[in-house]
Amino acid sequence: MAAVATWILLFPLIGFLAIMILGRYMNERQIGVVGTGAVVASFVFAIITFVLLLHHSSREVTVNLFSWISVGSLHVPAALLVDPLSITMCLFVTGISALIHLYSTGYMHTEKDFRKFFLYLNLFVFSMLLLVLANNLVLTFVGWEGVGLCSYWLVSYYFDRDSAASAGKKAFIYNRVGDVGMLIAMFLLFSRLHTLSYLSVFSKAGTLSPTIATLTVLALLLAATGKSAQIPLFNWLPDAMEGPTPVSALIHAATMVTAGVYLLVRMSPVLALSSSGRMTIAVIGGVTAFVAATIATSQKDIKKVLAFSTVSQIGYMVLAVGVGAYGAAIFLMISHAFFKALLFLGSGSVIHSLNGEQDMRKMGGLAKYLPLTFPTFLIGWLTISGIPPFAGFWSKGDVLTNVFEHNKPLWVLGVLTAILTGYYMSRLFVLTFRGTERFREETHGHDPHESPWVMTVPLVVLAALSIVGGLLDLPWVHHDSLGGFLTPTFGYVAAGGHASTLAQYGLAAVDVAAAIIGLLAAFTIWRDISSSTKYEIPFLEHVWHWDDAYDAVIGRPLTEAAQFSDDVIEPRVIDGAITGVAVSVRRSGEGLRKVQSGFVRHYALATVLGLAVVLVYLVARVA
Amino acid sequence: MIATAYSVQGTVVFTTAALLILIGALGVISVRNPVHAALSLIMTLFGVAVAFVAQSADFLAAVQIIVYAGAIVVLFLFVIMFLGVDRREHIQFEPLVGQRAFAGVGVAITVAGLITLMARSHWVSGAVSVSSKLSNGSGNVKELGTAVFTTYLFAFEATSALLVIAVVGAVLLARRERSAMSEEEAR
Amino acid sequence: MIASSATNAPAAWYLVLAALLFGIGAFGLLTRRSALIMFMCIELMLNSVNLTFVTFARTLSDISGQAIVFFVMVVAAAEVTVGLGIVVSVFRRRSSTSVDELSEMKG
Repeated sequence: MAAVATWILLFPLIGFLAIMILGRYMNERQIGVVGTGAVVASFVFAIITFVLLLHHSSREVTVNLFSWISVGSLHVPAALLVDPLSITMCLFVTGISALIHLYSTGYMHTEKDFRKFFLYLNLFVFSMLLLVLANNLVLTFVGWEGVGLCSYWLVSYYFDRDSAASAGKKAFIYNRVGDVGMLIAMFLLFSRLHTLSYLSVFSKAGTLSPTIATLTVLALLLAATGKSAQIPLFNWLPDAMEGPTPVSALIHAATMVTAGVYLLVRMSPVLALSSSGRMTIAVIGGVTAFVAATIATSQKDIKKVLAFSTVSQIGYMVLAVGVGAYGAAIFLMISHAFFKALLFLGSGSVIHSLNGEQDMRKMGGLAKYLPLTFPTFLIGWLTISGIPPFAGFWSKGDVLTNVFEHNKPLWVLGVLTAILTGYYMSRLFVLTFRGTERFREETHGHDPHESPWVMTVPLVVLAALSIVGGLLDLPWVHHDSLGGFLTPTFGYVAAGGHASTLAQYGLAAVDVAAAIIGLLAAFTIWRDISSSTKYEIPFLEHVWHWDDAYDAVIGRPLTEAAQFSDDVIEPRVIDGAITGVAVSVRRSGEGLRKVQSGFVRHYALATVLGLAVVLVYLVARVA
Repeated sequence: MIATAYSVQGTVVFTTAALLILIGALGVISVRNPVHAALSLIMTLFGVAVAFVAQSADFLAAVQIIVYAGAIVVLFLFVIMFLGVDRREHIQFEPLVGQRAFAGVGVAITVAGLITLMARSHWVSGAVSVSSKLSNGSGNVKELGTAVFTTYLFAFEATSALLVIAVVGAVLLARRERSAMSEEEAR
Repeated sequence: MIASSATNAPAAWYLVLAALLFGIGAFGLLTRRSALIMFMCIELMLNSVNLTFVTFARTLSDISGQAIVFFVMVVAAAEVTVGLGIVVSVFRRRSSTSVDELSEMKG
């Protein structure tokens, strides 16, 4: 088991090294095979490990790789923890990554830096797996930083574009702010518990005082908001759409952005100790979900809609964590990975067919030209809107049911968000695939063509998963479901799913109604694009002016302070001190020079005065 | 320790010497004509000679008159005449700012300090010397000679050398450059 | 004629006189501008020193005081010689002996 688990991690690393060292001698096809093959191998081994774990005596297996840090009382081994949560994460991360690697071989064809793309993508998969498999907070943090770094590299892939370079920096900096939270959490836990490995922390967690526990939880929340793009650190995700579409699909929909949720779920025993912390988490999640959904209704770029949709859906996951429904959060995470990756890859296919056009106002009527993209995208659309029997209905429903039992106001917010979700996704669907054809200019009169098989096969696979994904955790199945599998991991099992059957049916009906309201609204409004402009609200389009607010409150004052420092403090204080010393030495020298007047009588006077002083001293001594 | 009985004789001699000295000194520093200053200097030197005689330094008094008043002051007068600077100097106006004030203060403090120190040390009358005792009976010349040629022989030889050096130096300094040029013209 | 110490004025008076003479000489040195007058003031100061030494020779009954005066006079003679030589060589070209004019060595 240990060896198998270790290989999950090693394959992407080997792929990365191979492409780095030998890449310049390989052609596109070979690089693609190596990169994708590494991740596929990783996925296969993940399945093997999963099967082994099912038959293992204990559900928590620690795999010690080597002793890494050993200083004083701090012992951090490089070790893996294979348990239901981590293996679940591994499975869907490697699975989706494999599909996206395959897709990228087609999408990134003839890009000038094909090798660089696969290099970073493999490294990313390695970091993400390290993050989820680590058995202690420090190793998780290594993976955490690694995914942030790869995200930065991949977002600014087209680095000769200013907007792309800035977006990469923005992503990295926002992540960094969140990382402070993770560090603070680690400091707090270590200072009180003297250990950082998960199993030890969980067994000792009860000794934490409520204040420390709350502070730790809030710090972890800060880290999660940075990595998973929640309020207040979500602004980087829309900008990150500058990266190539497969990157958006993999990193910013399916994997990296779920790392924050994973961290919170992993630390559930600590979360259990702080009800105010959990309430904060829930509120942040709910509010983010709603705000992001409103913004998505007014975006013109197809990828930006999907980006804000991601923020919103992760908001649902965070909301679920906040009310203690960890299983529901993970279920939504997995199904979201399926349908969001599907939607992103589908949009990539659309963009590819229109030679790079991303503005929805220049799309329309593409249904008949894209015979594989269209139906798969349709399935993705129905799933995210929450239409039964697709996966989205079950997973989102699971979350909302749990929220209903704990916090009615947040549940209302969740339902409103669901309506908006239905609305903005339908708007996107209508503008892209139905209606009049507005793209003739972009394609220079040609018909758009469907994508090659390497791109459409993943779409088909993901569509199939979106259809059957609901089977993972049907509400009436408790034992052989995802929820049942994961329950032993969570120290605190929310009293979820104990609503009466009638209440459950009622809530399900509300969910479906919300979805249909949204759909109908969109279809009515967006049938004719000319009536659109009054339904796109500038305030929402500009992200509630959030970026402007940050710029005014933080960005500009800091820049001005730096400018002030450069203009005033640097020359006057710092340089001034040093040149001031030199100047004062010079001035005192010039002053003292005047003593040498050249007149003999002055010198004689000086002698006599000196004599007088000596005599006064002697008299004083005798006296 | 001050002698308790002041003798009339000693006081008269002292007063004479003091008057000569002080009037001469004040004259040196205040007259405008250098020749007159030289003459005031002679008066001071005479006063000092009187003080010397009063204090049993006969030989020194003689040397004072012969060397100081007789040779040195004459040398001064030679130079004054030679350079032709017997004109008056403007002593009312002092170009250096504050020189007189500071000089006055400095000198006053110095003199006061000296007098105070001496008074505090009871006019420095320590033990009477044993080795080179000044006796009343024998001649002053003999004692002085013995001291110079035995105890202070090295100083004597050094000062003789100094005199030779001084003469050579003075000749070199006062040489006219024209003589160097005339030697070249002669070649 | 050798004056006996019993008939002398007290040493203190002579010492005060010497101090005053020194002061006058110093003041003159600082105040007068003519080089020759300044020299004469230096002679005054040397004389005051001589007077002090002789007074101490008398009170302490020590011939060393007088011996020192002897040497001071020799040195004073040498000094005047060389000094006037300098004065002559410096002021040969000028018509005045004001030392204030020799101020090229200023800082």
